[in-house]
Amino acid sequence: MGAEPAAMTPPGAPLGAPGAASSRALLEVEDLEVTYGRSRAVEGISLSVGEGEVVGIVGPNGAGKSSTLRAIMGAVRRSGGQVTLRGKALAPGRPENIARLGVAMVPEGRHLFASMTVKENLELGRLARRRDRRPRFDDGEVAELFPVAEEFRDQRAGLLSGGQQQQVAIARALLADPDLLLLDEPSLGLSPTAVAAVFSALAHIHELGVSILLVEQRAEMTLEFCSRSYVLVGGRIRFEADRSTPIQTVIDSYFGADPSARSELRR
Amino acid sequence: MTVVGYLVNAISLGALYALIAVSVGLVFAVLRQINLAQGEVMAFGAYSLWLMRSLPIWLAIVLCFAICIAGSLVLQVAVFRPLRGASALATLIVTFGVSYGLEALWLVVFGPNGKPVSMLIRLNNTVIGGAIALRWITIVDIGAAALLLGGLYALLFRSSLGLRMRAVAEDFSTARIVGVRIERVVTVAFVLCGASAAVVAVLETVQTPLVTTTLGLSLIVVALVGVVLGGLDHLGRATAGGFIVGFVNSLLGSILPEQQLVFVTSLTFLFVVIVLVVRPAGLLAPRGVGVERV
Repeated sequence: MGAEPAAMTPPGAPLGAPGAASSRALLEVEDLEVTYGRSRAVEGISLSVGEGEVVGIVGPNGAGKSSTLRAIMGAVRRSGGQVTLRGKALAPGRPENIARLGVAMVPEGRHLFASMTVKENLELGRLARRRDRRPRFDDGEVAELFPVAEEFRDQRAGLLSGGQQQQVAIARALLADPDLLLLDEPSLGLSPTAVAAVFSALAHIHELGVSILLVEQRAEMTLEFCSRSYVLVGGRIRFEADRSTPIQTVIDSYFGADPSARSELRR
Repeated sequence: MTVVGYLVNAISLGALYALIAVSVGLVFAVLRQINLAQGEVMAFGAYSLWLMRSLPIWLAIVLCFAICIAGSLVLQVAVFRPLRGASALATLIVTFGVSYGLEALWLVVFGPNGKPVSMLIRLNNTVIGGAIALRWITIVDIGAAALLLGGLYALLFRSSLGLRMRAVAEDFSTARIVGVRIERVVTVAFVLCGASAAVVAVLETVQTPLVTTTLGLSLIVVALVGVVLGGLDHLGRATAGGFIVGFVNSLLGSILPEQQLVFVTSLTFLFVVIVLVVRPAGLLAPRGVGVERV
């Protein structure tokens, strides 16, 4: 894994070509460690996301994927390491500040404010918008991307289906106008159709110039979708994979020879 | 006094307890902490009225608000912030301890005898005499509570700040992820608690013009019971619970023969015990809701 040089890019500057790994690093994580009490969830990992890049993190349950994402967002304390956005260090423990620097997160399980309407959820999404620049996309574009958000705007968010909630959750994150979108298991608990809808929306978002760091258990789909993927096992990065990496290599790296577990992951 | 008179008085006391309950409910909503120290902020406000007895009344009232809000914010920083992440029970115990400590402090500073505050004493005159015996202060109580609760409702459901407060109340960590500045929301909650404490301090002092060391705890314990009765995790129900307990308390006080007035508190608590046995999640909680939430 090559450490890319940190580049200072002014906000709103032209981004790298969609789908292509850019040489400029937007996010850099170095030697990240996360511990909960005595158990170590993340044991010193380093990764980077270039401007306009879509990067995946795959791995089995409990590999430390979510902890990595939450630590980048500042939502869990890290016990070691550095996280920088465009070369600027992100202070841990204050996710509300990190959100305002252009990082938005779609948490695992969606976490919409269930008692509020879809409209109110989206309004909260706008909070972290930076005032010093024009948003990359307006409300109309978000509505076009996620018709559900418009259709059910006065509905209580908790009453929507899982797939609909996921769309609203991504729309909420997008309205913050992030440079980097962190997604934690967006396919979890969704029907195949809903998963397809979510990933087609993500592809659009990427085309609009948003960099994406995607955590997923579905390894094959993630490898296909992302330009690069980190394979995380037991809190450490085993290797970096891309579209040409045989899925078998990835699965072997964390499951050895357990065929039942494999079939689970090959959807 | 007639039944109408009793009812109006009960509504008035209920309104006062609703104001105390809403403060407890607000802090619980935002931080999942139980604010028993709210009672001592009210006592502090009442004593401040005694200290400022030579000032013009309007000035004393304005300063009372400032003092209560400042006191509430000091408690936030000194007591509630260090307790972040501790269990609700821990906060109940600690703030109970803080309340007893402050009560002892009032005893040391102001002495065991009550301090007379003859402020706005004319509000105790009757508007309508005779059978109904409606006093001005009763109208002021109800009006002030309606105004404050209405204002709070508007803040919560009609403003961006309120939206952020509700977001924090519903999901603390997700609210931060979307960018809600948590410290501001907490500060606003404690400012509102301070303001409500000032209102209660003024109204209570007008009705009972003798400020004693037990003022805070005696009010807050009953209000807390109301909050639990209504449902701790829902601001509207918690407030309504406070109202109900105040209402029942006042009604019992009016109905019981004089030699049995000592039982008012016991009977109020008996009512609460019965409610909690029948509906453990709170009197006003929707049916089918478990108790684990509280």
